[in-house]
Amino acid sequence: MAKRVVPLTVNGRHREDAVADHTALLDYLREALGLTGTKRGCDGGECGACTVLVDGEPRLACITLAARCEGRRVETIEALATDGRMSRLQAAFHEKLGAQCGFCTPGMIMAAEALLRKNPAPGEAEIREALSGNLCRCTGYVKIIESVQAVVDARVSGAVASRAAR
Amino acid sequence: MTTGTTAPHAGAAIGVRQPLIDGVEKVTGQARYTADLPAPGALVGAILRSPVAHGEIRRIGTARARALPGVRAVITGADCDVAYGVIPVAQNEFPLAREHVRYRGEPIAAVAADDDVAARAALAAIEVDIAPLPAYFDAGAARAPDAAPLHANKPGNIEREVDHAFGDVEAGFAAADLVREEHFHYAEVSHAMMEPNAALADYDAERDRLTLHSVTQVPYYVHLALARCLRMDESRIRVVKPFVGGGFGHRTETLNFEVIAALLARAAGGTVALELSREETFLTHRGRPETDVRLKIGLKRTGEITAVDCEVVQRGGAYAGYGLVTILYAGALLHALYRLPACKYHGLRVYSNTPPNGAMRGHGSVDVRHAFEATLDAMAQELGLDPFALRRANLLPVPHRTINDLQVNSYGLPECLDIVERASGWPTRRGRLPRGRGLGMACSHYVSGSAKPVHWTGEPHAVINLKLDFDGGVTVLTGASDIGQGSSTLIAQTVAEVTGLGLPRVTVVANDSRVTPKDNGSYSSRVSFMVGNAAIAAATELKRVLIDAAARKLEVAPADVTCEGERYGVAGTDRALTYKEVVAAALEDAGTLTIKGTWSTPPETQGGRFKGAAVGSSAGFSYAAQVVEVRVDEDTGMVAVERVWVAHDCGRAINPLAVEGQVQGSVWMGMGQALSEESQYHEGLPLRANLLDYRVPTIVESPPIDVFIVEAQDPNGPFGAKEAGEGSLSGFLPALTNAIADAIGLRLTELPASPDRLLEAIIARRRTDRLRKARGPAVA
Repeated sequence: MAKRVVPLTVNGRHREDAVADHTALLDYLREALGLTGTKRGCDGGECGACTVLVDGEPRLACITLAARCEGRRVETIEALATDGRMSRLQAAFHEKLGAQCGFCTPGMIMAAEALLRKNPAPGEAEIREALSGNLCRCTGYVKIIESVQAVVDARVSGAVASRAAR
Repeated sequence: MTTGTTAPHAGAAIGVRQPLIDGVEKVTGQARYTADLPAPGALVGAILRSPVAHGEIRRIGTARARALPGVRAVITGADCDVAYGVIPVAQNEFPLAREHVRYRGEPIAAVAADDDVAARAALAAIEVDIAPLPAYFDAGAARAPDAAPLHANKPGNIEREVDHAFGDVEAGFAAADLVREEHFHYAEVSHAMMEPNAALADYDAERDRLTLHSVTQVPYYVHLALARCLRMDESRIRVVKPFVGGGFGHRTETLNFEVIAALLARAAGGTVALELSREETFLTHRGRPETDVRLKIGLKRTGEITAVDCEVVQRGGAYAGYGLVTILYAGALLHALYRLPACKYHGLRVYSNTPPNGAMRGHGSVDVRHAFEATLDAMAQELGLDPFALRRANLLPVPHRTINDLQVNSYGLPECLDIVERASGWPTRRGRLPRGRGLGMACSHYVSGSAKPVHWTGEPHAVINLKLDFDGGVTVLTGASDIGQGSSTLIAQTVAEVTGLGLPRVTVVANDSRVTPKDNGSYSSRVSFMVGNAAIAAATELKRVLIDAAARKLEVAPADVTCEGERYGVAGTDRALTYKEVVAAALEDAGTLTIKGTWSTPPETQGGRFKGAAVGSSAGFSYAAQVVEVRVDEDTGMVAVERVWVAHDCGRAINPLAVEGQVQGSVWMGMGQALSEESQYHEGLPLRANLLDYRVPTIVESPPIDVFIVEAQDPNGPFGAKEAGEGSLSGFLPALTNAIADAIGLRLTELPASPDRLLEAIIARRRTDRLRKARGPAVA
């Protein structure tokens, strides 16, 4: 099977791996790189559990070819923590119980991460829209929305506080 | 939002909103589920499935497949002649079909190969010759007089028939002012947990030892089934449950792929990773059966129930599984929500050529509860009673023993009713919203663990082991399966609370049969209640050991030792020891401490003496009431759920955060069944075995769910706690259809209330109305 070297960046590290033309980004991440935080939940494009960021855009790794990520910047759930500490979004999902079984969580958080980078203060409808491709079977989504909102609220109140300090 | 009489004390580990102790791993991607486990060099497993719904296997040729490069093992039904099944008296399934196949998608052969490509090639090379037999895809066809039996010992394809009658039903109906009889039909639904099925099997041929990592809710059942099917001594088998991505009942039974992975590993003499696709996960099924309910209720003018007569027919699929339990639950849990003076139940569990059904959240109780609450709503309207008033006319006194011998010792339903009535604005809004908008209410309940275990071994119902070592850390060893519901967190909170140590001193090690005690598993909402009580027993004993050690060191009587957090003092003095000093004292001469706690359900809660009485019996029942607000578009048949108010009586809320999460998840899963979820078959071929056609609600159509916690503490529960993860589910379905009735005056008797189904009912009503207008009232 044809393989070629695909240069790309995964979680901030430059890589050049030989990848078969038909290899899905999901398989490349999980099998070649051992990044198992990205989950396979379906037979292709149904559930959102494999959501990663490609050049900052949310993408389903199960229906994205690894070879198509040549020269691109791929980010997975493993990239969000800094110095071993959870990002604010991750901490919010933890503290607000946005994760129960946790299987949809990495994809859900990556989809929310993409939203918050573009729109730091989304309303509830915008949160729902951005996460509409990510299924969860445990939470009924109520605490997922609260988790994302908690980050927004903290940022908004933080912005107010920093203005007040000036 | 918590209501109740108890508040957590300072420094408490229970009654506080505790994030999950394994939550960090979940949000950082570090949590390893079965398919994430490192398995270098593992062979790839794959399953060949029957293309025929019912047939006689003439030949399965494996020689060509075996000869292919990279193929390490090929197995068929010939490799395992031992039937298994979750209920010891109803074991009629083989991991790979032998002689007959009974549903499309049933495993008939399996391979282990070097990689996925080789495995697929091997499956394609297996030659299959199956002679088709007549197949039955619904309960009616399977029960027809000329239908051939799927199983030789089950004539008429009746897996189980239940006839239960309690009280004087005829007299009850005779005394009623209003009697109504309704028929309902419910589509089959699936768990659709997010993690697809997977198993990792490792066979050590030199030592004849097997290790299986799997997605199970009950590692103990898997352990038993592996020993049985592989004819291995239990001690040679190790079962480990890693992180599990939900279960909802799908994983309470040992599933065929778990045994197949083990058989493949042994045949190949190595490690086999078997990951099922989403489609195969749907085929493994065990969901809630397609169900028909005929229900007759008698009421006094004032709303009191005088009699109930109910018949339930479930299409159970091709094998027994949990079937007899499901059909018994449907009858048993007619009781214990309201006072029923007389009740007759006829249940039929029918075999069919569809994937086997099993346990699903709210096991057996859900469809019947819809029928009951929907009928009550219609009767309330007929009698001019408010639906809340009708419920209040039928409340239980507590303690109460139902006519079918269920023991109710705590009952927060009255408070649940008050709360959701007020919160939803019911008195001023119901019946007064614009056309197309409506409110509906319903009640529900569930067991906190089945009072009798499936395997009657004489052992306690729950066991917890604690280890205390020189480092002062308390390690909790438990076989209870956390599948996302938060049971490990709850057990840790319980131990931290009783010992007075903070959560950081407590570590939970769970679900490795080599080190953790056997547990009966995560099903029937038993873990909080039963394992929680065992954890209290173990922690109480640990605390006693520590106080005794402190007393020895301080040279006082144990009764004179005071304990505040980690300070052990002598009452009335300033003499004290630190926790570490007490641990050192406790370990003197004894060494590392291991302490056990156990619990069993009290005998009076284990049900009556009639056949089938164990099912439905529980040491504690949860209660819930909910109001659902809907918007119905009469032109499209679309129903939008605007909001849900739900009050759930879980006794003492050990972790209110997790209780809210469980109740929201339950209500929402009920919403999926009520609005959009259903399986569908064409000649036994599943048409919706994926997450697009099997319509799970997305975040866009999921409503706000306001949870109110009611704490009617149960005398048998740990700290008074009861279950929180199932009882609110079944109430959603009737609250929804009752809300649709309020919105557009139409009572749906078929679920889900999908747009096509609702639109058809709306059009049918319009036609009837017009005909009636045109021809006069004679046309109904």
